[in-house]
Amino acid sequence: MPKAEEKLIGKDGIRIDGRKFNELRPTKIEIGILSNADGSAYIEQGKNKILAAVYGPHEVHPKHLAQPDRSILRCRYHMAPFSVDERKSPAPSRREMELSKVIRESLEPSIFLEYYPRTSIDLFIEVLQANGGTRCSGITVASLALADAGIPMRDLIAACAAGKVEGQLVLDLNDEEDKKGEADVPVAYTPNLNVITLLQMDGQLTLEEFEQTVNLSLEGCKQLYAMQKEALKVKYVAVKEEVDE
Amino acid sequence: MSSIVRVKQKQIAELMNKGKRLDGRELNDYREIKVEMGIIEKAEGSARVLLGKTEVLVGIKIEAGEPFPDTPNEGVLTVNAELVPLASPTFEPGPPDENAIELARVVDRGIRESKAVNLEKLCLEPGKKVLVVFIDVYVLNHDGNLIDASALAALAALVNTKMPKYEIEEGEVKVKPGYIPLPMQNYPIAITFGKINGKLAIDPWLEEEQVMDSRLTMAIEKDGKICAIQKGGTGYFSTEQIFEVSKIAQEKASEIRKLVVKE
Repeated sequence: MPKAEEKLIGKDGIRIDGRKFNELRPTKIEIGILSNADGSAYIEQGKNKILAAVYGPHEVHPKHLAQPDRSILRCRYHMAPFSVDERKSPAPSRREMELSKVIRESLEPSIFLEYYPRTSIDLFIEVLQANGGTRCSGITVASLALADAGIPMRDLIAACAAGKVEGQLVLDLNDEEDKKGEADVPVAYTPNLNVITLLQMDGQLTLEEFEQTVNLSLEGCKQLYAMQKEALKVKYVAVKEEVDE
Repeated sequence: MSSIVRVKQKQIAELMNKGKRLDGRELNDYREIKVEMGIIEKAEGSARVLLGKTEVLVGIKIEAGEPFPDTPNEGVLTVNAELVPLASPTFEPGPPDENAIELARVVDRGIRESKAVNLEKLCLEPGKKVLVVFIDVYVLNHDGNLIDASALAALAALVNTKMPKYEIEEGEVKVKPGYIPLPMQNYPIAITFGKINGKLAIDPWLEEEQVMDSRLTMAIEKDGKICAIQKGGTGYFSTEQIFEVSKIAQEKASEIRKLVVKE
């Protein structure tokens, strides 16, 4: 147990896990790792370990949900019982239901749903280990799974939170910073369209702090976006080489 | 989106380009608000909010219970929302769907993050007995912007709450005669904007909600800080729009707060 006096940010401005205020957690992304899914991706962001899989576009079940002019996107964000300190019941919690909704709504603007009328695109996000900021890591990895499934998209979507910890604005909060900090602002951003598709906040911020925090999280999103593109290149350049041989 | 909705969207968008709305309001006009408090005698606190034709009833019940293990010295606050079928042809009976859950969680976030209720004062015996405050949001008529109406009704009901005097005697919870108000220390107000065809309108009503591509809610505390945000809907916002919303929300919140809190 850490001592009650232990600070989350040291005198030198270094955070509890050794990062600077504007530094992302070490992030690793892999694409196309599940053979059954039409598209899949995996992300490790700090201790977050999250899998995303996409099935579809395919026939909708139940059929009455089908839309005559577009595909429907369905999303399930789910945490494994062993992903957190205290075992989480596998039944979907109210938090998971809300996150499933906001994640779906953050990804929908990027997808050309009108290309696939009367179908559904089903997206599953499984959090295998959670350490703060899983909705953002989940969006980042889900956008890649959609791309891996070959679904036409306007752009990739990258998400990252910023917040206020011990009076300082910091990027990409880990679990401890999120729980003990003063505010947390998760943002999803799509650089090509230059728009924000997810915005939430809890905590307390003045309007000036809020503006700075949003701008800080956009910096994080841009870095993640570059990693997303790199990960797609690694996968598909490798595939192309195989084909060429 | 059905073709009828598309026609309506075009009509609403054209009006908004001229700074007008279907119900005669301007883009930054809120609907008329009426607040009634203390209308359910059996509840410890209650309030009904009419926001135009949207009607929300909130009842507060207080019980003795156990604290969460990670906050042994604090009372417990829970918000639940019911979209009762009598409120709209689109509401169905059954357990809360994702819309009801989102509504409850956004109302909860504003109250919790602003520390509206001083939960430490609801502790009877650390780690063992605390008071549990149940905030039940009951939507009676849905004419748009349920979040703002529910958040305001919840705040008004908390302000209205008179709780019994609980004491611990020989390890048992005893109820003493008399009532005391809830220990309130902040007054969050939620302000929601709808975005239709790139334009923002405050307090969207049902016709606008049906055609809007996204909404943005900000809860503002008594000192003007933001304490909760939720974006909803399948659209997006530019950063400029978000900062514009935060400024207007701050102004509107201090006006609306006066309906519930007499300084």
